[in-house]
This record gives sequence, structure tokens and C-alpha cells, in this order.
Amino acid sequence: MRMFRSVALALTLAIGASTVSAVQAEDKGLDNHVKLDPYYSGLKGKKVVFVPLAMGFDLTEGWAAIMKRQAADLGYDFEIRDPNWSTDAGTRAITAIIAEKPDLAIIHNPDLQSYARLEQRMVQAGIKVLQVNLETTNPTDYYVGADWVKVGLIEADALVKKCGKGSGTSGKVAILEGQPTAASNLYELYAYYKVFGENPEIKIVADQAATYDPAKARAITETVLQQHPDLCGIVGNWDNQDVGAGAAVEAAGKSDQVYIVTSGGGSQTGCDNIKKGLLDLIVSYDVPLQGNALNQSIVELLLSPAKAGEIKSTYFTPLTLQTKDWVATHNCWTLDQLK
Amino acid sequence: MARIRLTQEGVVLALAVAMCVVFSLALPNFLTSGNIIALVRSVSILGILGLGMGLVVIARGIDLALIATMVVSVSWVLSLTTNSGVDLGPALLLGLVFVVAIGLINGILIAYATIPAIFTTLAMGLVVYGVGRGWLFQVDVQNTPEGSALFEFLGRATVLGVPMLIVAFLVLALVVWMALRWTRFGRFVYAMGDNPAAARIAGLPVRPMIVAEHVITSIIAYAAGLVMAATASGMSTRVYNSTMIYDVLLVVVLGGIGLSGGRGGVRNILVGTLLVGVLLDGMTIMDVPYIEQNLIKSIILLCAIVVDSIINPRDEQTAQQEQGDI
Repeated sequence: MRMFRSVALALTLAIGASTVSAVQAEDKGLDNHVKLDPYYSGLKGKKVVFVPLAMGFDLTEGWAAIMKRQAADLGYDFEIRDPNWSTDAGTRAITAIIAEKPDLAIIHNPDLQSYARLEQRMVQAGIKVLQVNLETTNPTDYYVGADWVKVGLIEADALVKKCGKGSGTSGKVAILEGQPTAASNLYELYAYYKVFGENPEIKIVADQAATYDPAKARAITETVLQQHPDLCGIVGNWDNQDVGAGAAVEAAGKSDQVYIVTSGGGSQTGCDNIKKGLLDLIVSYDVPLQGNALNQSIVELLLSPAKAGEIKSTYFTPLTLQTKDWVATHNCWTLDQLK
Repeated sequence: MARIRLTQEGVVLALAVAMCVVFSLALPNFLTSGNIIALVRSVSILGILGLGMGLVVIARGIDLALIATMVVSVSWVLSLTTNSGVDLGPALLLGLVFVVAIGLINGILIAYATIPAIFTTLAMGLVVYGVGRGWLFQVDVQNTPEGSALFEFLGRATVLGVPMLIVAFLVLALVVWMALRWTRFGRFVYAMGDNPAAARIAGLPVRPMIVAEHVITSIIAYAAGLVMAATASGMSTRVYNSTMIYDVLLVVVLGGIGLSGGRGGVRNILVGTLLVGVLLDGMTIMDVPYIEQNLIKSIILLCAIVVDSIINPRDEQTAQQEQGDI
């Protein structure tokens, strides 16, 4: 917006000045071509392709809306290839992208390994690769997204505070994994076990995968609550999944006893679930902020003279802790706001 | 034949009981009323879907579009009420029209265009999901409308301490059981499954029957979806990408409904559901990791299919029909 305004300002000034003397304005450097030309012409006509896990959920829809808006504004081409949760379809999409040779590919990885080699092949073919929110083991030109270890550490620490030493609780916690092989899951698990290992009063009574499915999260939680009626806390992988755990806890009438910690994109749906009392803490990686960070790194990568794979950068997006108090005083984002 | 059929059901029942005994001895709190309710509850959706699938399988068909039908119809209803401001009543009606249409298309393609059920419904599943993702809803997790009496009732109410979900499953099981047992429709279903050609020669309306079965199965899927949405306070369309359709087949085949048609009934589905429930619950309590759980489940499905083909061997005279035979 600010850029747009300054361009508009520069243009008005330039037009205004041109009535007096065009040459004079240029002399003053107000059309700012030294900066504007390489920026706008460097981006125009470039091609960017986005391969998400799937479209149709808060994270990818949010990022895509923000990225699309900038692409339309700056005149580069932005395409989405939706593999709809199929790693197989994603592999085909990336293979096709290697043949097409766009300038930049933005990849949302389903797990740590599947696309790692393909991403190396893309880099070898001269395509810059930006990994978003879920990374592979191989770093490429850019990673923009959450630092999952940090997310896990914050989640585990929050539970230790509620259920650990001196809390007067059973210290029993359950872990609800997401997709077992996804980066978020593995890094978070590492953090959970690290923190819980350092706090011997915490007892892990269950560690089960709900594979992003709220119904499964509910069934697992129900069974765990039967075995451990004195459960103190649940730490989960994703708010959209763990709302099922919240429903089971609520149905058992234990909302005050069981503290549910999870992470998510910080959307209105998640905030509503905190308000309803289904979730207690969401470590939010803030999708609108991630979208803006993506836009910034897209421009940087498209304009940079560096070859694909030459420079490897990372930007871990800031985290927000959403609780009942936070939700009461802050607005959460909806998709319509981002479009 | 009747005696042998009993055997598979009996074997599965005995297995379920044996596992129950082992778990009760080994795991404290397994045999509490709370856990048994949680156990049945966790497989009730599967059981309801099993009833729908069982119906078409007995008639020598299959419906692989079951999950897509459930997920898309209910997500659409929820999206209409929460995003488009449509009242729940009309939205539910639209959902019903939608599932009936899916059932009709499935049935007509199978009965009149004589495309095998397995291909028709496999493709229809993709079509239904695609239509849903393309036009009917924007995001793939839809929450139930806040303060809706219907969803509150389905999700929270209990009858004598038994959650509505289980009650819904038992009521539907009773309805399907009565339909199969006491009505002409039910007898026709068995006749068609046993030998479609003979059923046709005998003058049964085989083609309209196939259409009717698929419509009924779609409606059962819709009911399962509504109950599922109520218990999880929402519907995730990602369920379509999960292995749920195989779990439904597991329940049906495990219980002893032969894939070659004409055999089994509601009791088999109940037994199959029970075994899967005991298995899942026990594995969750023992905290068996996800990958091992899937492995154990799939080995059991494989064994069930092997046992099925041994004790329900293909009848040379009635196999190889153009329709429905898988």
C-alpha cells in the first residue's frame, strides 16, 4: 500500500511537474527510475508456481489470497497446482514444473523426505525453490514458516506450567500427533519429549496420531480419558484437528481439568474454538503475517541475481500465543479479509 | 451353507470376545461401562456406514462413493447454514435432495448403463468430491452452526446414559434389519445378490431395485454424516482422503457378508463393528503407534477376505455376471 501510494505520489508529482517542464522533473529525479525500473520491470512477466498440500483450508487459502493479490498488483504470473493431499499427485506436479521452468516454485511439503530430491532437481534446473511452513531435510533458496521446534517447546512448556511440579495435578499428559511423517509433527515431537524428559513429574500416558482428523482426535481422547480420568493436559499438532479432543473433554465434563494446547494459523475458526472453551491455547503462526513474509521473499528471490540454490535463507515467522484473554481483546483473521 | 456361514460370524464373535477377555485382564479400566460406551461410540459411524455398504454388498454391488457422499453432502449443509445464512431446515432438505441425486445417478449408471458398480462408484466418489470442492464449500473444515438444537441433540443427548450416536446406530440397524428380514424389498435384495440372472428371469424388478438400493445407501451415508458432524462439532472433508472406505469394507467383510453377494445380514455388521471397536480401543489404550495400528488392521482385513473366499467360494454358475460382481 505504501509502495502504491509513493508511486502514485511520484506520478502525480511527475505529471504536475511535466506541465512546467518535463526535463526539470527528471533532473530532480522525482520519477525515481533508478529504483522503480529494476523493481517493476524485473518482476513483470515472471512466473511463480505454488504447490500446497491442498487448497481449501485456512492456511493455504490464506497464503494464496495474499500472494495472488501481490502477483496481480506487480504483474507476475502466479499459479496454484493443487495435489489435494496426495503426495503422488504433488510429485507429478513438481515433475511437470521442472519441465516448465518457471522462475520460482513455492512448495508446501507433506513430509521431510518426499519432495526433497525433486526440490534439488528443480534447483539444478535453475528454478528457485521457496519452502513454506513445512520444510524438507534439504534447505533450498528460502524457507518461510514456523520454527516447529520452537512451537513444540512453547506448547510443552505451557503444559509443564499447568501440569508440572507444584501444580497439584496428576501430571498426566496425552500427545495427539498429526500426520506422523510431517515436518511439523516430527520437530514438535522432538520438543515435547525433550521438555517432558526434563520434567520427570510429567507422565506421557498416550501418544497417538489423529492424522488431522477431528473425529479421530475425539475417539482417541475419549478412550484416554476413560483410562486416565485424572488427565491433566493434551498437547496436539493442529487446532483444526484438536477441536475433536476438546469436544471429548467437554463431553466428559472435564473442561476445567484438562488443559488443551495446540498450534494453528490463528484464524477466526480457531479463536471461536477458544471462546467456546474447546481449546485453551493456540500457538499461532499467523497466516496473514506469513503471507506478507512470503510476498517479500518472492520479490527478493525474483529480483536477486543469485542463481538457484546459491543462497539459502530462512525466515521463522513470529509466533502469537492465543488464549481466552488474548481472543477477548484481539481480532482473528477470516479469509474474506485477505482477499 | 447356512451352517458354514454361521462359522465365520461365530469365529469373529469368538475372536472379539476373546480379545475382550484378554484386554479386560491385561488393561485396567477396559471393562468399565464408560470405556465400553467410548468403544462402541468410536465405531458407531463406521457401523452406520457399514449398514449402508452391507445393503449393496448383499445385493452383489459395492459403493465406493459412500464416504464422498457423506462428507460432501454434510459439508454443504453446514456451509449453507454457517456461511450463506440458509436456515437449517431448508439446508437439510437440500442435502437430502443432493444425496438422493447421487444415489439415483449411481443406480441408473449401474442398472441401465450396466457399468460395474465398483467403477461407477469409484468414479462417482471423485465426481462428488470434486463438485463439492469446486462449488459447494470454500474450506474443507466446516463447523456446525452454534446453538443448533439438532446438532446439540445428536452430539450431546443421552438415552439412559447411552449417547445418541450409539442410539442412532442401533435404531438404524434395527430398521435395516427389519427391511431385510420382513419386507419384500429385503427378500428381493437377497435373491438378486444370490443370482441376479435367476432373479431377473423370475420377474423381479432388478434394475429399479439396484437404483433403490443406491438411493437408500446414500441416505444412510447422509445420516452417518450428520451424526458425525454433531459429535465432532464439525465435518472435515479430509475424511474422504483417509482409509475410511476400507474400514467400512473391513467391518462388512469381517462380519461375514460375502463380497460375492446374497449372504449375511445386519448381525454380521454388528459383529464386525464390535471386533474393530475392541481392536481399536485396545490398541489406543496400549498406545500402539499409528503405523503398527494400520498394519494390524490391514492384516486382519486380508485374513477376513481370505476366510471369506474359503467359506463363501464363488459359485461357478452365478459368478461372472455382467453386473455388480467384484
